[in-house]
Amino acid sequence: MNLSLKPATAEGETLVDLATTPLRELNGALHKLAPDTNQTLWKIAHPAGRHAIAAGLDVPVTIEIDGPVGYYCAGMNKQARVIVHGNAGVGVAENMMSGFVHVKGDASQAAGATAHGGLLIIDGNASARCGISMKGIDIVVKGSVGHMSAFMAQAGTLTVLGDAGEALGDSLYEAKLFVRGSVSSLGADCIEKEMREEHKALLAEKLKAAGILGEVDIAEFRRYGSARTLYHFHVDNVSSY
Amino acid sequence: MCGIVGLFLKQPKLEPELGALLSQMLDIMCDRGPDSAGFAVYGGGTPGFVKLTLRGPAGTDFAALGEAIGHPIRPRDTHGVLSVPVEEEASVRAALARLAPELRVVGAGTRMELYKEVGLPADVAKRFKLEEMSGTHAIGHTRMATESAVTTDGAHPFSTGPDQCLVHNGSLSNHAGVRRLLAREGLPVTTENDSEVAAAYLTYRMRGGDTLGEALEHSLGDLDGFYTFVVGTESGFGVLRDPIACKPAVMAETDDYVAFASEYRALAGLPGIETARVFEPEPARVYFWDRAA
Repeated sequence: MNLSLKPATAEGETLVDLATTPLRELNGALHKLAPDTNQTLWKIAHPAGRHAIAAGLDVPVTIEIDGPVGYYCAGMNKQARVIVHGNAGVGVAENMMSGFVHVKGDASQAAGATAHGGLLIIDGNASARCGISMKGIDIVVKGSVGHMSAFMAQAGTLTVLGDAGEALGDSLYEAKLFVRGSVSSLGADCIEKEMREEHKALLAEKLKAAGILGEVDIAEFRRYGSARTLYHFHVDNVSSY
Repeated sequence: MCGIVGLFLKQPKLEPELGALLSQMLDIMCDRGPDSAGFAVYGGGTPGFVKLTLRGPAGTDFAALGEAIGHPIRPRDTHGVLSVPVEEEASVRAALARLAPELRVVGAGTRMELYKEVGLPADVAKRFKLEEMSGTHAIGHTRMATESAVTTDGAHPFSTGPDQCLVHNGSLSNHAGVRRLLAREGLPVTTENDSEVAAAYLTYRMRGGDTLGEALEHSLGDLDGFYTFVVGTESGFGVLRDPIACKPAVMAETDDYVAFASEYRALAGLPGIETARVFEPEPARVYFWDRAA
């Protein structure tokens, strides 16, 4: 263990100040953790918007970041819980495989992009392309999402308590989209679908995972999904591709 | 990729620190654009006088040139600033063109001074002693060239009208057509750079009576491509992103200032940032602040 990563008094808790510790040193230390490590709680001070903080983790530890982070925070995450007490830059939790990422502020573009699994919660708004090409992640945004969200989304769920911007779910595959507020416009091949009991149950499960079941009325949500007309090339659809 | 920073002060108390704050923001954006850098600072001005910022080759003898044209020139590295009565501007420009044809007038206005050079942005800021400058607002740019060569002429900001300047991250796809329109309207664009076309387009709109806000609104329809613009005028500060929001942008607002940067990292050192309202400007929405308002 490098000297600049000081174990704190509480057992298993490690404090890292990025004002004095190079980010590579922090990420290197996190990557070296064994699956049964006792260093299960990491508190990161002064992130100052640095990029790729806690990216590429593959251990069941908790990382609490005290302030705003830059691009690709918790990217490729497996198993870890990453909590950001601030805003997140482009691509937070992009390509997450499993685990949990919670942004207490707003997220920039492409939050949860291409992610295969895990849960991403954003307390504020997420801007454009939230969940682009998502492949199984569950995303819960308590605010609104920007344009082109869930573009080419293949699997997983995107739950939005606020509004969605233009071209929601463009060229969507099988991801399920739940939006409580307004949708500026639907993208090509994305349609509103009936909210059946199984969908209400699925939404309830996601709201429960996000800790807000009972705080919002499930009946206020509408479901959007793929019309499945663009799965295979057809010349009549050429203008929609 | 390029980096943009901007700082617009709402209260006078930070004015002496404007250059130091912008310099620190510009340093952090070196990562996004190591080729060249430039900045425009809106400092003090004298009514009835126009400030001309000149750029010459290294070693230009600004003192001798100032004596020759009868107006002292305040040198800063490869640039020099002189203040002349408005009615003498044309004759001074003519004298400069005759006596020192290698010089360029890179900016003109009541309050704006504009500096740009090839090199690492942190070094460029040091060469011009940006950290010593004061003023009400300033914008800066770190360039990673894509559409034209790495030259000082291609560095931002671009100024195409009095006290007007623009920095741009992105690239325009219809700049050739807009360039022809501007040439017909008597606003020739002097470089091959697409961003200068955007600057001249805004000048063209404002010359026709638009406010900066209105000119930015019109550019949404007339400029095609991807862009984040930050624009300065004598009293105003504007921000516009293309409708797709291709290029990054983040802003922070407090009672004391409005700040813009390509990435939050560049804002992290500003005073009071912990409690500032930090937000991502929305695509295709004009943001505009004016000190006169």
